Order: sequence, then C-alpha cells, then structure tokens
Amino acid sequence: MLTVLLLLWPVTAALLLHFFKGKSARVAALGAALLEFALALYAAGFSGVNLARGGDISPKFEFNYSWIASAGINFHVGMDGLSLLLVLLTTLLVPIILLSAFRRNFENESVFYALVLFMQTGLIGVFTAQDAFLFYFMWEVALIPIYFLAGVWGGAERVRVTFKFFLYTIIGSLFMLAGFVYLYFQTGPTVDGLSVHNASLSAFYNLNLPAETQLWVFWLIFAAFAVKMPLFPFHTWQPDTYTESPAPASMLLAGIMLKMGIYGCMRWLLPVVPLGVDYWQNLVLILAVIGIIYGAIIAIRQQDVKRLIAYSSLSHVGLMIAGVFSLTQLGMQGASIQMLAHGINVVGLFFIADAIERRTGTRNIAELGGLTRQAPVLTVCFLILLLGTVALPLTNGFVGEFLLLAGVYEYNAWLGAVAGITIILSAVYLLRMFQRVMLGPDSAHSATFTDLTGAELAVLVPLIVLVFWIGMFPNTFLHLSEGSIMSILGQVVKR
Amino acid sequence: MNSIILLSALGLGNLFLGFRRSNRLLLPVMMLILGLVLTVNFLDWNQGPQSFFSGMLIVDNFSVAFTGIVLLTALVLVPFSQRYVLDEEANLAEYYSLLLFSLVGAIMLASYNHLLMLFLGIEILSVAMYVLAGSDKRNLRSNEAALKYFLMGAFFTGVLLFGMALVYGATGTFELSSISFAVQNPVNESLRPMLYIGMLLMLLGIGFKVGAAPFHFWTPDVYEGTPTFFTAFMSTVVKTAGFAAFLKLLVQVFPAATAQGVWLPTLTAMCVLTLLVGNVGAVAQTSVKRMLAYSSISHAGYLLVALVAFNGALEGASANGILFYSLAYSLATVSAFGVLKLVADARHREDYAGFNGLAKTNPLLAFSLTVSMLSLAGIPLTGGFFGKFFVFMAAVENGYIGLVIFALLMSMVSIYYYLRPIISMYMRDADDADSAIPVPVTTFQSGALLVLALLTVLLGVLPGLIAGVL
Repeated sequence: MLTVLLLLWPVTAALLLHFFKGKSARVAALGAALLEFALALYAAGFSGVNLARGGDISPKFEFNYSWIASAGINFHVGMDGLSLLLVLLTTLLVPIILLSAFRRNFENESVFYALVLFMQTGLIGVFTAQDAFLFYFMWEVALIPIYFLAGVWGGAERVRVTFKFFLYTIIGSLFMLAGFVYLYFQTGPTVDGLSVHNASLSAFYNLNLPAETQLWVFWLIFAAFAVKMPLFPFHTWQPDTYTESPAPASMLLAGIMLKMGIYGCMRWLLPVVPLGVDYWQNLVLILAVIGIIYGAIIAIRQQDVKRLIAYSSLSHVGLMIAGVFSLTQLGMQGASIQMLAHGINVVGLFFIADAIERRTGTRNIAELGGLTRQAPVLTVCFLILLLGTVALPLTNGFVGEFLLLAGVYEYNAWLGAVAGITIILSAVYLLRMFQRVMLGPDSAHSATFTDLTGAELAVLVPLIVLVFWIGMFPNTFLHLSEGSIMSILGQVVKR
Repeated sequence: MNSIILLSALGLGNLFLGFRRSNRLLLPVMMLILGLVLTVNFLDWNQGPQSFFSGMLIVDNFSVAFTGIVLLTALVLVPFSQRYVLDEEANLAEYYSLLLFSLVGAIMLASYNHLLMLFLGIEILSVAMYVLAGSDKRNLRSNEAALKYFLMGAFFTGVLLFGMALVYGATGTFELSSISFAVQNPVNESLRPMLYIGMLLMLLGIGFKVGAAPFHFWTPDVYEGTPTFFTAFMSTVVKTAGFAAFLKLLVQVFPAATAQGVWLPTLTAMCVLTLLVGNVGAVAQTSVKRMLAYSSISHAGYLLVALVAFNGALEGASANGILFYSLAYSLATVSAFGVLKLVADARHREDYAGFNGLAKTNPLLAFSLTVSMLSLAGIPLTGGFFGKFFVFMAAVENGYIGLVIFALLMSMVSIYYYLRPIISMYMRDADDADSAIPVPVTTFQSGALLVLALLTVLLGVLPGLIAGVL
C-alpha cells in the first residue's frame, strides 16, 4: 500500500497545485516533494534493516490489483532493494530539483512545478512496476511531462530538439512494447484463470524461450533502453536536449531519467532473455566502451558548459552500461551505486552551470574566467562535485567507478583497460573547464560576480554531504541492492 | 429498439419546436433528448438478445454497446453547435432533427439482423449526412462537399445493393444466419461465384462508407468543405456505426472457412492501403482540418486491423478491441474538431499556425486538444493507447504479426503530425495580432471539452471499465 501512496501522492499534489498561484506554488510543490521523500525514507528504514541482515529479497509493500481482468494485466507494484534504491534517488532529487528552480521565474509557475511532480509519479512507477505493461505505461507517463518541460521552457532551439527527443524515445519504446506483447503471448494463464496469458514479472522470468527467439527479442526490448540511457550510437538526441532544456529539466533527464534505462536492463532485460544477452553481450560492451571514449573526447572540445556536462554524462553512462553487461556482481553493484552517485553529481553540476549562467548570462567557457575571487563558496562546492565526478577516492564517484571498472576488467581485461581511460579523460575535460571558468585571467564578469545565496546553498549542501557519505560509507547503499542483484544474476546464469 | 422509436419520435417533435423560432431552447432540449435515449438504451444491457420486426433487428449487448457510443458521441458533440444557436437565420431545428434521424440509421447498423435493415440503416444515416454536408449554403466548398459526397455515396450504395442482390440470388435469403447457413451448405455449387462476387461488392460498399482506401478519395474534400460541426459527426458516428455493421456482417454472414479465402485478402489489402494512405497523407497536410480528415482514414485502417483479425464471435478480442477503439477515437475526435471549430471561427484560419500561442490565450482549449492528439497518436495515459493496444493484441493473438508490425510503423509516422498542433500551441507565439486575443468559448463548451478530456484520461488509466465488456 505504501508503494501506491508513493505513486499517487505526487500526481495528486500536481493536480492540487493548480489552486496555488505564483510563488506559493513552489513552496507547496517543495512541501509535497519533501513529504514524498519522508515516505520513501520510511520505506527504506522499514525494509532496509531487513535487507542488511541478508533477509528475503522479495518485493516489499506489494500491491496487486486486477487492472484489465480480461487480459490478465495487473496493477502490480512493489519494491525490492534495487527498486528502493532508485525510489530513494528519485524522491531525494526531486525536492532538490524543485528547490533549484526557485531562483528562476518561470512563466506559469504552478504548471511547471506540477509537471515535475507528475513526472515523479511516472518515474516511481517505472522503478516499482512488477507487470510488464504497467512498466511500459509508466515509462511513457514519465516522458510526457519532460517533453513539455523541455519544450515549453527550454532555449531557442527547443522545438526542433525536443521533437527529436520525443520521436527517438517513443519509437524506441514502441519496440519494447512489441517485445512485451510477444513475450506476453508466450506466458501461461493467470492464477485466477480469467485470462490465458499474464504479464507479470515472474511469468516473464520463467519463460525459458529458445535461444534463436531471444536473439531478436533482446533488440526489441533493448531498443527502448538503449535510446533512453543512451548507448552509442543511439545518443544523438541527448547532448542537444540536455543543452536546450531548462536546468531543472536537464537535471531530471540526466539525474533520474537515464537511470530508467539502466534499471530497465537490470530488471526487464537480463533475466528475461539471458541467452540473448549472452549472445549480444560483447557487442553492447564494445558500443558502451566506444561511448565512453567518444563522449569524453567530444567533451574536451566543448565550449558550452552545459554541453560539456551532457557529453560527460554520455561518457559516464557508457561505463554504467558496460558494468551491467559485464554480468558480474562487481559490475552490477557498481552500476547501482553509480546510478545514485551520478544522479547526485550531475544534478549538482547542472545547478552550478545554471547559477553561473544566471549571474553572467553566458555558458560559453571562452567568455568566462576569474570568477573565484568573488565567489569562494561556489568554487569549493563546484570543486567537490567535480572531484566526485572525476572519481577521486573518498567521493561517491570513486566507489561506483572502481566497482564498475573491476567488473568490466573481470569480463575482459582489455575492455577494462580502455574503459579505465574514462577516469583520466574526465579529469582532463572537467578540470580544464573548472580552470577556464573559475580560475584563469579575469573576464568581463569577474568583478560583478556574486557568491552563492542561502537558498542556493540549501540545494548544494545536501548534495555535497551525500558525495562524501556515499564515498566513505558506500555499504549503506550497497546492502540495499545486493540481494536483488544476486537474484538477478542468479536468473541470468541459471541458463 | 426503444432508442430507435424514441429518437424518431423526438426528432419529429424537435421539428415542431423549430416553428417557434426559439433557437436558444433547442440546444438544451437536444441534450435532454440524447441523454434520455442514452439512458433508455442502457436499460437493455445484459437483457439477452431481443428480436424485433420478425427478427429483422436484434438488440443484444453488442448493439447496446455501439448504440451507447454513438449516442454519447452525439451528446458531447452537440454543445459545439452553439454558434448556430446564436445565428438567427440558421434552421437549427432541422439540422438537429437530421442529426437525430441519422442516429436512428446508426443504431440500425449496430442492431440489424437482415440485409434490408443494413441497407436502410446505411441510407438513413447517409441521406441525412448528404444534406448536412451542404448545410453551409452560401459556402461554395460546402456545396461541393455535399455534391461530391452524394454522387460518390449514391454510386457506392448502388454497389452495395448490387452485392446484396447477388448474395440473395445465391442464397435465397436476406436473413443473416440463413445466409451463413447457405454459404456453408450450398444447394447449388454453381452459384458460388455469384455469392463471392456479391460478398466482395458488399465489402466495397461498406468500405466506402467507413472511408477505407482505395475508396477514400472523397474523404478529405468532403470533410474539409462540410461545416466542422458536422465533419465531427461524420468522422465519429458514421465511422463507429459503419464498423459495427462491418464486424457484424463478417462475423455472422461470412465466417465459413470456405469464404475466408475470398474476402480476407481483399480486406487485408484494404487495411494496409488505408493505413498507408491515411498516415502518409496526413503528414503532407498544412490544414489541420485536412490532417484530421486523413487521420480519420488512418484510424479506419487500425480498425480494419481488428476486423481482419476477427475470431468468429461478437464477444471476442477483436469485437472488444473495436468497441474500445471506437469509443476512444470518437471522444478524441470530437474534442479535436470541437477545438478546431472554436479556433477557426475566431481566427478564420485552419492551418497549424492558426493554433500558435493558444496555450497562452486559452489554456483549456490547448489542454483538451493536447489530450485528444495524444490519444489519437496512441500515447499512454489516454484511451487511444489502450484502443490500439487491444486492437493489436487481438491481431497478434490471431497470428497477424506482419500486419501489426506495419500498423505499428504507421503509428510511429502518425506521432509526427499529431505533435504539430501541440508544438504550435505550446512552443510557438502567435504570429499576428488576430491570434493574440483569446478565442471566445462558452462555459458550456468548456464543460464539454473538460468532460471529453477527463473521459479520455479515464479510459487511459482504468481501461478495465470498458475492456472485455462484450
């Protein structure tokens, strides 16, 4: 029942938000998001203890309601450790993203905040769905609000860019739907016998399809995830969309939405078509590693701060994909903790990019420089988030990337070595940006630049605390997902 | 049956109301009539099949459900005729009565059990539509639409009638189950070619009425010329009733395996062609009204997918798919044409740019058009998604995987043109001063739009309400 509450509360709050006008809307939205976070924390505290003791890993807070009885499709939600980890990430980042938007005065503010909350329902639905068609449904529900957020409040090129984004993702997910429909017709009847087929996760796990079928079903389902994450060469929508979106939408896209793809691979791809995964594993890993290097090299050449972060995100997500498809415990655990870490870091970086743009009116690295003197606090925050992204020990990025690289190395030493370049390259492009923007010779903006305000610090402080917390005590989070990862791997290796 | 009698009687009564020239009274009366008939119609739900006129009409759950859809569609559509109410010169009572009469035809199409009733239904429905297409007397395009529709319609009525005659000649009966029996147990094997040709001609005749390719050429021109209010009626009620009749014909008359070889290839070819023409044609349009005309062709194509996949019963997956699809499609289309009519009346243009900046001036209009476009495109959270979902599921279940893949590709194409009005409304600013002022909307119309949007979302969130009721 708690899961249903987590699902319904944001969308209810979004509807109620229409009764608030102007500035009161943002406060109400933030309040709703904080309440949601409290609920998620309660859920985590409740089952987290259990998980840490290595208890049972079946989904908690389950709710199963017959949605379309004649077709055996259920509104079935629940949270195991991995779901809980992502629900925590979502509920944590949404209030931060809302708070980060406070400094901007958007037109139709209440609609803007309502869309963010609406999207939260879709995201939580994706992370908790236990029925294939519910998963697909929520997957699309999350897309509609972000399309409007980016398309209405975005930059000059927003119409073209968001159109491309929408088409790419929806075509990808239609392939996934086709795959699910095919799998659905291979399943057995529901428990109550009303329908001859059913779409539950467990039914999909027990399919045992022949290898040659799995080979092509793999691509049907993977198409949606590959576009969403995105995997090279399905990424062409990503840098433009991240750049043109307003900062909160970029944060939602990079911080949470791309994790839908990685989570989808773990939950709905690997255990469902393990033989297909086994066959295509090599190809996906090579594409992922190409994406890592490609993203990093292009990032080095970028002049636009936001675009640079977008390409850096492409590079980092490549490593996560590689970790997942290494099919090792290290790689998968690394990917799950890195989802958390990357979410925190990228939201922080986008926020700082936005803070700089608001003060100076530009994101062009060439026009910036020497901002440090006027803004020491901002510099420190920037540096910490940056080092987290570069994966310096004691920061959150280190744990994730170390595990990921270890996982990839375990699969293939050469791939691991090439993927390892990502750490060096990310240090190159991020530190270069930091040096040009914050240090370096004074620019026209150095004298008038101002330091962070209290509200801005309220956004960054929780993020920075988490950078260190995850860096120093990763086990808090690793324990959450460990059981689920082991059972997924068990499914994959079983055959 | 009760609904047919009530509608005819009240339609006549409505004409008398017109003598009083009290146009303001007409709209509420019209809604009252439709609401009443809708209620009466559902009294027959789950009452088992009842036959009337010595078995020429049969009222069962199938006919009650489809009657419900056409009546509901008419009920939510009527508020958009409000401009005519204010126009003293318009002979509103006559238009309204014609609408009621054509609904009688639609109901007969959903409940016929005799080819004569099928023919009568189609004619009652069509004759009223020929008149309404030309109801904007002073407009040349409206005249053109009426003439075109009438000439083509009359021709295809002839084709249909010829088909019926041949079928009668081969089987000696007009009654559906007897035809079906005669098809399976032929008395004279040499009459079989005559029967097949008759079947094919009937298929073509109904194919024309639902706007399937290659008999679609009238659709864009007629839809464009017809006053928008009646275009909405045409593309929802006529189509829904036509498909109910189509399904009934296929299920009850030609289910025999021997006959399948004859009409299945024809139907499949029609389906593929309709999907292609509708979707590709819609992409090229610059006028929203013409885009909606082509979109209605493409939706006939999706419905044909379910027809091709029908599994021999009026309560199977494909009948349920058509029911859900028709409902979702009708709601979304009424709302799309409703908004188009309001915007076109105020801004005197029907192209995409006419919708620029609508989200700022009329958030409600923009919202309801968005919901309806997403529903027509089949995006989740709207009824249109589950409509497509059920139709495609029915087709996959019966093994038409290739057809479904093609339909899926076509629906990817459709996203392109359904997104365009949304982009215009939300992401572009008005390009002339005329478009910067809000479009006048009455409370009544706002209410209707809101109800339509809510129903569409309700179908998209709780599809179990309608799915599998048959």
